[in-house]
Amino acid sequence: MSDVKRVYLDHAATTPVRPEVLDVMLPVFGRQYGNPSSFYRSGQEARRLVDQARQSVAACLHADPREIYFTSGGTESDNWAIKGTAAALGGKGRHIVTSRIEHHAVLHSCDALARQGYEITAVEVDADGLVSPEAVRAALRPDTILVSIMMANNEIGTIQPIREIGAICREHKVLFHTDAVQAAGALPIDVGDLNVDLLSISGHKFYAPKGVGVLYIRRGVRIANLLDGGAQESNRRAGTENVPGIVALARALELAVAEMPATAQLQSRLRDQLIEDVMSRIPHTRLNGHPTRRLPNNVNFSFEFIEGESILLMLDHFGYACSSGSACTSGSLDPSHVLLAIGLPHEIAHGSLRVTLGHSTQAEDLRRLTADLEQIVARLRAMSPLYEEKTQAGL
Amino acid sequence: MQYSEKVMDHFMNPRNVGEIENADASGTVGNAKCGDIMKVTLKIENGVVVDAKFKTFGCGSAIATSSMATEMIKGKTLDEALRLTNKAVAEALDGLPPIKMHCSLLAEQAVKSALQEYFIKNNLLTDENRHFFDKLDEDAHDAG
Ligand SMILES: Cc1ncc(COP(=O)(O)O)c(C=O)c1O
Repeated sequence: MSDVKRVYLDHAATTPVRPEVLDVMLPVFGRQYGNPSSFYRSGQEARRLVDQARQSVAACLHADPREIYFTSGGTESDNWAIKGTAAALGGKGRHIVTSRIEHHAVLHSCDALARQGYEITAVEVDADGLVSPEAVRAALRPDTILVSIMMANNEIGTIQPIREIGAICREHKVLFHTDAVQAAGALPIDVGDLNVDLLSISGHKFYAPKGVGVLYIRRGVRIANLLDGGAQESNRRAGTENVPGIVALARALELAVAEMPATAQLQSRLRDQLIEDVMSRIPHTRLNGHPTRRLPNNVNFSFEFIEGESILLMLDHFGYACSSGSACTSGSLDPSHVLLAIGLPHEIAHGSLRVTLGHSTQAEDLRRLTADLEQIVARLRAMSPLYEEKTQAGL
Repeated sequence: MQYSEKVMDHFMNPRNVGEIENADASGTVGNAKCGDIMKVTLKIENGVVVDAKFKTFGCGSAIATSSMATEMIKGKTLDEALRLTNKAVAEALDGLPPIKMHCSLLAEQAVKSALQEYFIKNNLLTDENRHFFDKLDEDAHDAG
């Protein structure tokens, strides 16, 4: 079946580089290849590109250009924010608050600190995946040095009350980091309005290439460096700048911000139609994540009695690229920590399917997906001993 | 996940799906918590497995190995069926990714569990054949 139409529905994993972004980025590889730290003209030309990109990113986030630091991606930004704060403020306190549903870049950074004697409180979320600001407040202690709560979740799309959590942190004079990797380009971000001190974004989630990101660090906030070396990024992040990536990230973010109202409206309409169609046509299905407070492009279902990898494999066979939180796709024994944190029993978490829309997504693709999914779920249920038990029990 | 063409064939067109009514033996292994359950039912006549069917909740390789394992014991004598190994199931599928080898063990266990029920019911267990059921005590997820 190599002749089926390929439909990419995994935009939360990564996105293609869009043509307008390639246009500004490609010349930087071949013609404008100078090192921004070099004295001569081509170096200064590269410096100008990086400076412009920094201004543009700052404008998109309502920040000052001096608060924008380019990194190698979301993972580095998260590591830097958390480990850098811990190293800078470890003398003041050793307690960090986060949530159960953070990306592993945050959770595993916290684990690494826990091994060095820091204490981590991961607050629970409700059944829709929401972190309650009051739960964050209750977790704060006199020795808390950092709160890290993601802006929007990569699996279930739930959008957190960042502004409210930020206000609580400010009131208690605790630094607040948000992983906005899934939010950037999809939701408006105003760092002042959101009360954040540190914010991570990653280019490849909004049609820039992989391997470039940003850490926003509020003016006056001191965190330790993660990478030591040259004087790049105002002595705070060493390493020759990824100039093509930086130029691309800035352009992609500008475009995403300019198009945001239209994209959000279009995608949330497609999203809601897909949810409605699938829920009405396929019984024993649940929607994971918040019904309304969710990313415009995120849909996450659990189909009872069947397992996620087998759904993905059949979907792949029919041309669709999606993802799942089942253990079999993660290479571990446990299904996704996010699905377990919202209270799903293991067997239902194993049966999850994430569909994330993007620029290329057409209503027609989703109509076909719904029809194919209906058949796939029926086929797999016909093979499942769990389904048989339930149907015999009259459920 | 890179699966062989054989695995994909047995996944997309599984053989022997279902449940034999009035089966002579049945075995269920695995659990929903870990994401895989296999149920095998057998029809046995004159010491020969004349039919085998399966129902599986699990990933692609769990379904493919169930399909292959039931295929491999159909028409075999009990003695031959007892000698089914997870390695043979995996080889017949042109191999499985290393992290999926546990699926083949689960398939072996499902078959062995059904056979064990039959052997116990019909007083066929002896000191000579008892060891064929040792694998039932292994945790499939420890298989690499
Ligand atoms: C919420 C979240 N944080 C962090 C990351 C890591 O970003 P990157 O792939 O740029 O390292 C991702 C994406 O994988 C993500 O979805």
